[in-house]
Amino acid sequence: MSAPLSVENLSVVYRVAGGILQAVRDVSLSVQRGEVLGIMGESGCGKSTLAAAMINLLPVGAEIRQGGVRINGTDMLKLPPAAQRALRGQSVAMVFQDPMTAFNPVLTIGRQLADFAGAHDPARATPDRLVAMLARVGIPNPARFLDRYPHELSGGMRQRVAIAAALLMQPDVLIADEPTTALDVTMEAQIIHLLRDLRTSFDGAIVIVTHHLGVIAELCDRVAVMYAGEVVEEGTVDAIFHAALHPYTRALLACDPAVVDPSSGRLPTIAGRIPDLTALPPGCAFLTRCTMALPACHNPPPRVLLAEGRSVLCHRVQP
Amino acid sequence: MSSAVDDITLPARRGIGRALLRDPMGLAGLVLVVAFLAMALLAPWIAPYDPIALNVKAKFQPPSAAHWAGTDHLGRDLLSRIIWGARLALGISITSVGIAGALGLVLGLVAGYGPRWLDSALVLVFDSMSSLPMIFFALAVITVLGPGTTTLILVIVLVSFPSYARLIRTQTLSLSGADYILAERAMGAGPVRIIFRHLLPNVVGPMVILICMDIPVVIMLEAGLSYLNLGVKPPSPSWGNILAEGYNSLRQAPHIVVIAGIPLVLATLGFTFLGEGLRDVLDPRGAGRRWT
Amino acid sequence: MLAYAIRRLGLSLLILIVVMTAMYAMVFLVPGDPASLALGPRATPELKEALRERMGLDQPILTQILYFFGNVLQGDLGTDVWSKRPVLDQILEVFPNTLILGVVALGWALIMGVLLGCAAVIWRDTLADRLLGVLSVSVISIPSFVVAIYALIIFAVWLKWLPAIGAGQKGDFASQARALILPAFAVGVGWVGYLARLIRASMLEVMEAPHIRTARAFGMSERDIVFRHALRVAIVPTISILAVGFGSILSSAVFVESVFSRPGIGTLITAAVEKRNYPVVMGTVLFMTAFYLAVVTAADLLIARLDPRVRDVLRS
Repeated sequence: MSAPLSVENLSVVYRVAGGILQAVRDVSLSVQRGEVLGIMGESGCGKSTLAAAMINLLPVGAEIRQGGVRINGTDMLKLPPAAQRALRGQSVAMVFQDPMTAFNPVLTIGRQLADFAGAHDPARATPDRLVAMLARVGIPNPARFLDRYPHELSGGMRQRVAIAAALLMQPDVLIADEPTTALDVTMEAQIIHLLRDLRTSFDGAIVIVTHHLGVIAELCDRVAVMYAGEVVEEGTVDAIFHAALHPYTRALLACDPAVVDPSSGRLPTIAGRIPDLTALPPGCAFLTRCTMALPACHNPPPRVLLAEGRSVLCHRVQP
Repeated sequence: MSSAVDDITLPARRGIGRALLRDPMGLAGLVLVVAFLAMALLAPWIAPYDPIALNVKAKFQPPSAAHWAGTDHLGRDLLSRIIWGARLALGISITSVGIAGALGLVLGLVAGYGPRWLDSALVLVFDSMSSLPMIFFALAVITVLGPGTTTLILVIVLVSFPSYARLIRTQTLSLSGADYILAERAMGAGPVRIIFRHLLPNVVGPMVILICMDIPVVIMLEAGLSYLNLGVKPPSPSWGNILAEGYNSLRQAPHIVVIAGIPLVLATLGFTFLGEGLRDVLDPRGAGRRWT
Repeated sequence: MLAYAIRRLGLSLLILIVVMTAMYAMVFLVPGDPASLALGPRATPELKEALRERMGLDQPILTQILYFFGNVLQGDLGTDVWSKRPVLDQILEVFPNTLILGVVALGWALIMGVLLGCAAVIWRDTLADRLLGVLSVSVISIPSFVVAIYALIIFAVWLKWLPAIGAGQKGDFASQARALILPAFAVGVGWVGYLARLIRASMLEVMEAPHIRTARAFGMSERDIVFRHALRVAIVPTISILAVGFGSILSSAVFVESVFSRPGIGTLITAAVEKRNYPVVMGTVLFMTAFYLAVVTAADLLIARLDPRVRDVLRS
């Protein structure tokens, strides 16, 4: 049986005033049933573009240059629009970053959930089912919720509703794009808690895109670290957090406020800036910021496969 | 990635004309407007006949080689009347829009620069003037002053100056809050310098667009009121008068009213298209969203 | 909500009073005696004096203005100088005709405008979209009374499908409806274009909102998104424009009613202007302004109902 979601050699570019911006470069990933994959990286590394490409809903100006997105083995990008639509919400569901703007402000929650479910199967859009799903994501008094408008709910509640909406059609893949970034700390903890609970009852694949290392550590089985549009390192959460190999991953982990030694009195940072994605050098994209660079790093780095699901994009690593 | 959206720049002033020529609708508007302006300016030389000379023997003639557009119920040459009508329509429109623009400029500056209470009072005046259904206002003024060209111009000025005043006031207020204006002030620049150096160059674009959008309305108003016999008095060849006379002789000579409507349609289309084209060129931010 | 409604109505009332005082003052500021102007140059001094008295012109201005407003509050808009009939009766007699014309014109324009605007959004950037664009700009700019004249010539004079003049037989719905078609077409056609443009622009803005992306991510069809989700958001700004636009609908109606000799406010006031019948003109202006302000206020309150966010801001 094929994986619920697999991304193959995907490249996405944006047409901008200065030329072609390479947002996602030759990314290959796959997620199994019951598995949670984290996609981690700084802002602008291409992780949100990658998430949008997974349901082929890229912003205007973006263009898929190559590669495929297979849902249960079928390449979604090759399907006609109507067939793609049938997959969205049904097989792949998405939870967006900002719950404040993710819902239509003039329609009730119940109406919107019913429309989302009704787009595929009107039989599933009954109030009973909606209420049951809202209860499942921990919303108190769910029956009264259906008549509420989005602005009447707190951010955390809306994100719960968004997760309930995503689970309505029992999708095979759930993609959460920065699901906790727009929330305050207590709400964030609650949503992480909710997602962890759902892991046990949800049998599909989950992809969580975040720059928050805590979210990855709490929720994920495997991690893909992205830098300048590429996956530079991939591995289990244990391997990444305890035996990271790529210099960028190590630098990123060292910057996590949660692990910094408070007695040092300062926060470490990664020196330098992300390279210009419209004019990338031929060699390693991290070269200018890397403290361990070799002369060979001016050439394209090799993808070193260490084990199934464990790879690094670096000259320093030996197979 | 948001830089992709922020990087749109206004075309250089020199490029405006060229950009307008590339837009088929703007170009069509420009051609029509220039044609009507030429017609208005050259009326005495290009009109084949005297527009008010009677020739009752030759009444209700259909279009022919001698009278390209035929003749009306008094035997007057229709084409000559239409050409002179362009002079009347554009003359009245440009005069009244010019006065309305100047009045709006002054009052808008006063409201924007003056004390708070004056601003509030003027805004109340602008709002109450534009909150009245335009035509009833115009008709009330005509009742008081009696119909005629002067009344018509006054009515149009009264009806249209508030939109100019509002535009200027908004620009003034948004400018006076701008940092570089504060800096100029701090260096001792007086209001006159600020008005001429900063405000006026900023409002030229919106003003021109507003004028282009306003002129068709004014042409319509002039023709409409003249059609109702409440505007320019006959026998002056206003397009509205020609239409009204043609309408009255609809049974005998339907060609008159059919032909008399054409210049009105083309002139209003021309100014509107030109205004649309200019807006897309001068304010490209909204262009993708608007129809061109 | 109630406080908001009262504040809106208060402002509208203030505007109305300002406008009427200005109108009334204008009659006196302008040189020339309204009575002699109305009667013409050959009137005798006695006749003029009698008319002046009848119009209340022998009183000081302030008294007259207060008197006028006092009467208005009692529902008395004055008396016709010539026929001596109460002005309000004359207005109420023809107002339904104008109201029906305006509502039907705006109604068909709204339906067509929304459909064409949505069609343009669905077909965005195709040839159909561009053609709709040029077409709507064109119909916006063509004066409605010219449309009325051409429609009359084609459909009433040449094809003889529809009546050319009047408002139809009293009590005969079919003949009234037939008489309404051409005027409503002429008054509304410009608004089809205007509304199509407005809906399209407002819609394209809404279509970029994150909640539309959510709807797409859940596999809703583009048509359902446009009609079920985006339109509800995009229509809200349209309502206030529609209400303000009712004023220009009434303006078009004045001309179009004259073209079709259709009894209505337009024919009433133009006839009064020609005869310098001050009470009728002033009464009609006051009535129509009040009506218009009521429509605009009602629209503001409707927006407050339709947009739950506005509603809650007002409630708290």
